[in-house]
Amino acid sequence: MPWLSSLILLPLLGVLVLPFIPTSLVRWWANGILLAGLALAAPLWQHFDRAATGYQFVERLPWIPSLGAQYLLGLDGISLLLVLLTSLLGPLASLASWNAIEDRTKEFYAMLLLLQAGMLGLFLAQDLLLFFVFFEVVLVPMYFLIGIWGAERRLYAAIKFFLYTLAGSVVLLLGIIGLYWLGSQQLPRPTFELAELLKLRLPLDAQRWLFWAFFAGFAIKVPMVPFHTWLPDAHTEAPTAGSVLLAGVLLKMGTYGLIRFSLPLFPEAAREAAPILAVLSIVAILYGALISLVQADWKRLVAYSSVSHMGFCTLGLAALNANGLAGSVLQQINHGISTSLLFLLVGFAYERRHTRKIADYGGLAVVMPRFAFVFAVAVFSSAGLPLLNGFIGEFVILQGTFTANRTWAAFAVLGVVLGAAYLLWLYQRTMLGEIRHEANRGLADLSLREWATVLPLLGLALAIGIYPAPYFAVLERPVLELVGRLAR
Amino acid sequence: MSHFYTDVDHFALLPAIILALFGCAIFLFDSLLEARSRRWQLCLILPGLAITGWQLWKQGQVGTFTAFHGALTIDPFSLFFNWLFLLTAVLIALISYRYLEIEKEHQGEYYGLVLMAQSGAYFLATGTELITLFIGLETMSLSFYVLVGFLREKRRSNEAALKYLLLGAFSSGILAYGFSILYGIAGTTYLADIAVAIAARPAFDPLTVIAILTISTGVLFKISAAPFHMWAPDTYEGAPTAVTAFLAVGSKIASLALLLRLFLGPLASAREAWEPLMVLAAVASLTVGNLAAVTQTSAKRLLAYSSIAHAGYLLLGLIAGNATGLQGIAIYAGAYVFMTIGAFLVLIAVHGDDIDDLNGFARRHPAYAIPMVVFLLSLAGLPPTAGFLGKYYIFLALIESGRYALALVGAVYVAISLFYYFRLVRAMFLLPATLTVPALPTSLGLRLALGATGLITLGAGIYPEPFLQLAARSLLK
Repeated sequence: MPWLSSLILLPLLGVLVLPFIPTSLVRWWANGILLAGLALAAPLWQHFDRAATGYQFVERLPWIPSLGAQYLLGLDGISLLLVLLTSLLGPLASLASWNAIEDRTKEFYAMLLLLQAGMLGLFLAQDLLLFFVFFEVVLVPMYFLIGIWGAERRLYAAIKFFLYTLAGSVVLLLGIIGLYWLGSQQLPRPTFELAELLKLRLPLDAQRWLFWAFFAGFAIKVPMVPFHTWLPDAHTEAPTAGSVLLAGVLLKMGTYGLIRFSLPLFPEAAREAAPILAVLSIVAILYGALISLVQADWKRLVAYSSVSHMGFCTLGLAALNANGLAGSVLQQINHGISTSLLFLLVGFAYERRHTRKIADYGGLAVVMPRFAFVFAVAVFSSAGLPLLNGFIGEFVILQGTFTANRTWAAFAVLGVVLGAAYLLWLYQRTMLGEIRHEANRGLADLSLREWATVLPLLGLALAIGIYPAPYFAVLERPVLELVGRLAR
Repeated sequence: MSHFYTDVDHFALLPAIILALFGCAIFLFDSLLEARSRRWQLCLILPGLAITGWQLWKQGQVGTFTAFHGALTIDPFSLFFNWLFLLTAVLIALISYRYLEIEKEHQGEYYGLVLMAQSGAYFLATGTELITLFIGLETMSLSFYVLVGFLREKRRSNEAALKYLLLGAFSSGILAYGFSILYGIAGTTYLADIAVAIAARPAFDPLTVIAILTISTGVLFKISAAPFHMWAPDTYEGAPTAVTAFLAVGSKIASLALLLRLFLGPLASAREAWEPLMVLAAVASLTVGNLAAVTQTSAKRLLAYSSIAHAGYLLLGLIAGNATGLQGIAIYAGAYVFMTIGAFLVLIAVHGDDIDDLNGFARRHPAYAIPMVVFLLSLAGLPPTAGFLGKYYIFLALIESGRYALALVGAVYVAISLFYYFRLVRAMFLLPATLTVPALPTSLGLRLALGATGLITLGAGIYPEPFLQLAARSLLK
């Protein structure tokens, strides 16, 4: 059974049928398709062979034989976790939009489904050209999600997001073409297949050029400082579903690209570049945290916290050892969970009060105790409180960083402290104290649908925090393989 | 060689004759037909094109041969371009008839002129002799001068035609001067013999350099590459939109064929001398086209500047000069035909020239707005569209030949171009309708053309293999 293809094709099928669904049923249809996608993806977790090396569930079809590009899908531990995360966040983002999106619902859900197909395809592709196609395909639905259903400055934010990412990805394309060309000279036939390209012996000079070309594409996507300026605008202006998928999945495309392509393909150049990567990451961690401290806008604060948290993910990569890499992947999942929770909750609050200003809230715990409880868990998870997922990820990354370079670790720890500071202060200003605005007095607590949206994420945050071993078990093989390549 | 006009000559000439005959027939019938029944002219142009296609197909079965002592050459190169001209003419005929009725200028000459232009273009792709090429170019250009001014009542259309005529005639003169120098060098007008004569001289021979300077001026003008692009925005904006599409595609691709015939043929050995010129023209076209397009308020002008930028990308393929580069030109040109006609036909359906006229268009006519997004993505060169493959091959060719800086320049302008292409998307999808232009009651022809161009633009991007196979060998010697 072409399992992986059906994951991609299901949402596409959903889009194709969508025009014929009556408008009143569109929400049901889209949510149904996305839930079915989750149900289809979940068994991968059982059937995945943790002891095997290489890719599993491989599907291979000729796509563009005259270029050597294939339709090649496959899954290893790193992809598996990200595919599962995407499959989970898709339906949640859709469910969160149930009441929030009233205008042009059909187009909205079409874009969500298209986005879902693109995101899944990206994590499954084992052919560089196919990967690049998905990398670009994702941009278009996200542009429309931000541009049509976003907040006041949506037009600006949408095109800024698109142009920034595109500017990086055209350079990435040149890198891919360059690698393809070098490969065509060494390999029996030109190919984009990752496993084949990994066999290349590239001179250090070529590795450097290609590494930085790939870096341009991925660093903008992560985004690493100083390429981060698109992020606050895009995340803040996007509708809740857009913010969730942007923070939860789209940012991971950058770190995934680094760990899947940049590090294994150009190991020597990566070793050289690691200090630069580390410094940029630490700057991102500290700068993102400091900027978050001074935000007056709830959603913008969460957006900037992503800059800081993604800094940890890239710092783990820069450590270039098993702990750093495994921690980085797990932290990507954690960030997907906790930041999605934060964005969902901001969205719920916004639907009730139609304001994002922190000063307009305060004392919500009195009227919305359940909301306040969930928000507390989200904040603690994001801040890295032990027994929750964020702690495990940050701890393992710091462990890896410490082995690699103690100074880096010392600076990064500062980021953890600052993270706790801005998150707890946010909690205090919004949830605790007296109710300062009359409008906040009558707010309804979480509805059943909202509970359904946040519960899976709460459960996961707790599960990873208490017993993270299964996730590391999945990551062990690919990470060790990568470390082996990097040490060579 | 005793026969003046052999069967082979006839076979090689036949498509042009058919096109010209049908063109004349249309001129004749037009005076007989009532104004109301002029749409039946379509029944004359489409069979004419079909018969031409049949002849082209027959030529394709035979393989490479020459006629008229080498004045015409039927080879994969000529066939490839002639098929592109044919498809262009069919699409233009389909989108025109309703448009002309709306503009109240439904004259049969229009279709006749389209066929005449194509007949001239036939010689640009097929000719391998200077006089033949020049007459082909002038036949085509004359038809275009008239077509651009076809809306007699509109001052913009007249102004556009006059500008195009004056500058076009000037550039033709310069081109003819260059041809005369080639004749002076070689003592013959046949390209094959000129190639031998030029190869015998050093690349920077003064006469050769003068010939290269004058010829490239003339040809770059015709493909609207900078710095000879000045006419394009005004002419594109003033011409009837259907003619603009024909001009942007048919004229540019035909002139590209002429350029390739000359620079890959007789001038190939003087590459050292013309390559810096072409690099200059390519980078200038990319810069002028992309940067000027950003600030336009008229959608037609925007597409005019974008077509200048596309000329730059096509030149990059020539500069790379390797097999991949030529394949890239073929693929790029093929994609260009469909995505450009597609974009212009949506503008025809909108019935407005300004970007503001597109505001809120997606809500009223999603069936036109969604293909438009595909065309614009393809024009920008994003996957999964045909335009991406064209750019991919061009970049690959540049990297293969070690021209990394040019590849980077080309790639950066992709990002810039997306900004202005998406101004149209922004108007269609994100902005509310500001004025209510009654959308053109569209025709079957327009819808057919929209479906065909949309499917090919997207289909060639998703599963490009058959298209790559078609284009792969067409430009290689």
